Amino acid sequence: MALLTFESVGLAYGGDNVAHDVSFSVQAGEFWGIVGENGSGKTTLMKALLGLIPCASGRIVMGEGLKPAEIGYLPQQSAIQKDFPASVEEVVLSGTIGYRGLKPFYGRAERALANKNMDMLGLLPLKKRCYQELSGGQQQRVLLARALCATKKCLVLDEPTTGLDPVVTAEFYHVLHEINQSGMTIIMVSHDVEQAVRCCTHILHLSCHPLFIGTAAQYKASPLGRKYLEVHAL
Amino acid sequence: MMYGSIASILSDPYLKEILVRAVVVGVLVSICASLLGVTLVLKRYSMIGDGLSHVGFGALALATALNLGNASTAVSLPIVLVAAFLLMGMSEKRRMQGDAAIAVLSTGAIAIGTLLFRFSKNQYADICNSLFGTASMSTLSKTDLWVTVAVSFVVLALFLLFFTRIFAVTFDENFAKATGVHVRFYSLLLAALTAVTVVIGMKMVGAIMVSGLIIFPALSAMRVSRRFSTVVITSASLALACFAIGFAASLLLDVQPGPAIITVHVIVFLVCCLIGFLKNRIRTANSKKIVVE
Repeated sequence: MALLTFESVGLAYGGDNVAHDVSFSVQAGEFWGIVGENGSGKTTLMKALLGLIPCASGRIVMGEGLKPAEIGYLPQQSAIQKDFPASVEEVVLSGTIGYRGLKPFYGRAERALANKNMDMLGLLPLKKRCYQELSGGQQQRVLLARALCATKKCLVLDEPTTGLDPVVTAEFYHVLHEINQSGMTIIMVSHDVEQAVRCCTHILHLSCHPLFIGTAAQYKASPLGRKYLEVHAL
Repeated sequence: MMYGSIASILSDPYLKEILVRAVVVGVLVSICASLLGVTLVLKRYSMIGDGLSHVGFGALALATALNLGNASTAVSLPIVLVAAFLLMGMSEKRRMQGDAAIAVLSTGAIAIGTLLFRFSKNQYADICNSLFGTASMSTLSKTDLWVTVAVSFVVLALFLLFFTRIFAVTFDENFAKATGVHVRFYSLLLAALTAVTVVIGMKMVGAIMVSGLIIFPALSAMRVSRRFSTVVITSASLALACFAIGFAASLLLDVQPGPAIITVHVIVFLVCCLIGFLKNRIRTANSKKIVVE
């Protein structure tokens, strides 16, 4: 059974229908890029997947024992976080809240998990540093480490490289590729078609309903993919 | 001086009771306000405390007009609670801009409240007391004492037992929601606890200044500390110290406790700003040194 199956999902946001007839399935270990223009419904689709909003019609079925709360989410940064007093360690540890039950403090298992993820993303030297003093790329890695603490199977990323310079963006995608190679399923919402085609295994091109569903290679060869990649190349 | 020396206050059982009540309520409310303040300030809800205090003023006027001045807490608490839920709901749904909603509610409550005070026997003294607080917080009743103890218990328990969740909800609501935390429950709880703190705090320092108890300690703590856990601890400690110094000063210098306490908060805030500035200078100087080396 697929890890995620979207069965003719329809979505509404603020009373307006933003997407309809979205049907596709994600197998474990795939790396999906959800691309499309602004307002194409890709962010709303992601919110429905995370259980933040309900589906207006259809349903999202989760396989392999996955629960909505066990998806690691990397949201876009909010204004609140810009001057928030928090250490890197505090932010990463907060990724573990979903499955700790009502334990008041972080235990040894949570700290070990946070350390493992900080180590993997090269954050251990920054552990005690304040989150707001870090560069944009470092902050994004901190939030990725937090998302990894929240999940064992599936990551959902919302425009993860917005505001990052090209070198840091390339590094970030390299890290994502390695995480995906280790067996993690990744679903990324992005407006950067070129990058998505380069690093994802599969593409969903959304414009209120799916214009393309398939592998990245098929997308590159398709008329739609060629058109979008040409626009980006200009 | 109002009561003569402190020794003579302590020898009079009635005055002693008032004083002890003021200290107990003052300490507990200061701590509650400073803890709630950290999340309110960080979530950009600072003005909610201010709006609620104005609603509290209106509610107090209503209690006086209904001749329920002795049971003012029982009248104002439900009204301020409803206002807190309304404001929180509006800020979340963004149907109306949060700050505009607060302004509408504040000015409306002040206007209606001032008119209602027409029904009180000594109109101007009552208005003055509810705006700026009374001498020695003498309007604090036994009910206030018990309400304060109960609220402090809830606030302290919340911060001790759910500290990690409060951090998660404050830092990133969407992430917390996605990992299955009931964000809405925490927002409403925060609103309710803030409402109660404002209602009692108003009797200490007056409606105009009560939001100072909420905002100052958090802001001061954020100047000198960069970890969430230390900000929370620093905020509570500063609030406690400011209350102790301000209240003692008000007794010794025979001034109103409200303005005295808030003035101490202002001074502490300025000192914290200076410390934060110097810390920053040292840090940037050190990092430059590292680059040069």
